[in-house]
Amino acid sequence: MNNREETLIPQIGVITDVRIDTPDIKTFRVVTLDGKKAFDHRPGQCAMLSVPGVGEAMFSITSSPTNEEYMEFSIKKCGCVTDWLHQAEVGQQITIRGPYGKPFPVDDVFAGKNLLFIAGGVGLAPLRSVINYCRHYRDRYGDIDIVYGSRSKDDLLDYQEIIDEWSNDAGVKVHLTIDNPQDGWDGHVGFVPSYVKELGFDTNKTAVLCGPPIMIKFTLEGLCEIGFDKTQIYTTLELRMKCGVGKCGRCNVGAKYVCKDGPVFRCDELDELPDEY
Amino acid sequence: MLKCSLDKINLIFAEISKTAKLYLPVDDIDKSAVYKKWEVGMNWSDALNTVRSPKDFFFPQMENLMEFKTEGKNIEVIDTRSETEDFVIFGVRACDVKSFEILDRVFLAEPVDSYYASRREKGIIVSTACSKPAETCFCKTFGISPEEPLGDVSTWKTENEIFFKANTKKGEALLEKIKAFTEDCDKSAVNEQKEKICRVTSKLPLKDLTTDAFGGGKTENFFDNPAWDELSQACLGCGTCTFVCPTCQCYDIKDFNTGNGVIRFRCWDSCMYSDFTKMAHGNNRLTQKERFRQRFMHKLVYYPENNEGVFSCVGCGRCLAKCPISMNIVKVMKKIGGSDK
Repeated sequence: MNNREETLIPQIGVITDVRIDTPDIKTFRVVTLDGKKAFDHRPGQCAMLSVPGVGEAMFSITSSPTNEEYMEFSIKKCGCVTDWLHQAEVGQQITIRGPYGKPFPVDDVFAGKNLLFIAGGVGLAPLRSVINYCRHYRDRYGDIDIVYGSRSKDDLLDYQEIIDEWSNDAGVKVHLTIDNPQDGWDGHVGFVPSYVKELGFDTNKTAVLCGPPIMIKFTLEGLCEIGFDKTQIYTTLELRMKCGVGKCGRCNVGAKYVCKDGPVFRCDELDELPDEY
Repeated sequence: MLKCSLDKINLIFAEISKTAKLYLPVDDIDKSAVYKKWEVGMNWSDALNTVRSPKDFFFPQMENLMEFKTEGKNIEVIDTRSETEDFVIFGVRACDVKSFEILDRVFLAEPVDSYYASRREKGIIVSTACSKPAETCFCKTFGISPEEPLGDVSTWKTENEIFFKANTKKGEALLEKIKAFTEDCDKSAVNEQKEKICRVTSKLPLKDLTTDAFGGGKTENFFDNPAWDELSQACLGCGTCTFVCPTCQCYDIKDFNTGNGVIRFRCWDSCMYSDFTKMAHGNNRLTQKERFRQRFMHKLVYYPENNEGVFSCVGCGRCLAKCPISMNIVKVMKKIGGSDK
């Protein structure tokens, strides 16, 4: 018997709640067998979830570290593991290991700053962890703006929480948008990148971006056009991963491994990497 | 320094085998050398090197990591790791010894890979100087000395004798075990052998190949070089180069349903394969050119950037011998590095 620690060997997680967010995204609440949080994490970090016999995949932890009771994962149905998870019921056991990756610099770089969060679609999942962390420690940060867009009203993740909680916080402004007009929607219609330019934010902010690659590309260009510097903008990447600790080689881009050197990167750091992410 | 007559080498193998599994290169049916567990009647191969590198001993091509039992909604995780037994790998060439250090920098970095670490601790490496380096050899390019191989014990083979030098505590303990078959000697015969090897290596066709152009922080110098198109054009994406390579360490983790549970295993993978980076939402390296470039950029730029300038190639020449389209790192280094316009 081998008593060494081994990060590849996971612990059991139990799904204690399944929330249907959108037609293809569900949020899973996970605790250990004894009902506790599996491990501590920082905003922006990830965990490897697996369904034995189906596979293992990396997911961002969408709940804030300030939630000491459980972890949440917002997962879009788009592959083998996620298809299986979408059929899972409360009480289903899965495996969990982590935390992996470099978090957002919430306690140093972000401290005292005005923050601008920009997300598209399921890209809100990793940002929700940071947003709720910053809302929890509200007095440590300046004004918070959140721009969030999706294909339709039905595809907006965490919609109830955004409306009931985020929008009501002092100093927090939420700007929602959907791609096309829809009955029952009197908010903004249009893509996230153009909405960001329309809103024309003051550049005295630190921005955090997450969404589909095409949205990140155009939003980043838009922010730079209105005067932001890339050193003020953070994003979080995703690539295929197997180990989570920089050994299996899969998420290697340039001299970086997205699993351990990321997933959070400052946008000027990305310029130094080959365009393969 | 110790020596013994080569007539007695099988007695030494028998002695080592009493307390540890002994592996050494033996001739296969087609005369190529393969590592096999020594048994009475087996002879140590004279071949320069084995077709497959000895990385299997520490990082096997396939290994089970853990098992799961599932029942209804419940899962049980079974840690199937066992303690590794002592083993000795005999006749490892200087290039392959160096490859273990390159793998160590990956697998022993925090968090330590326990599967690799336990084998690394139990394995004893006995190296052998290369009396006949081949035309495909270019270990000197990476600062490796085939006349002075490292490992726990270094050996030199002459026509009739074998000489031993311990380099580590593990090596000293091993030589203590075979003391009865050896005698003390001075270094003169070994020095003569080293000089002979250096005379051969100074005439090898790849002796002028240098790494000068390469190293960490040089991504921009090479990434957009148009030569990648030509170099990768005929690449079949077969992955042979990565499988025979002693330093390639990319792996996959897969689940196998046995019908009575699930085995999660690890196996070698290759960045040359089209599905290596394929995700549900896309693939960040769609063409063979991108995958080909990744393999060489990793060995010559990315790895050294993360490892104090150490390259992830040891010049063993296996890929030169085995690539079905005769493409290899030497051609890449010459073309991309600018010495071959």
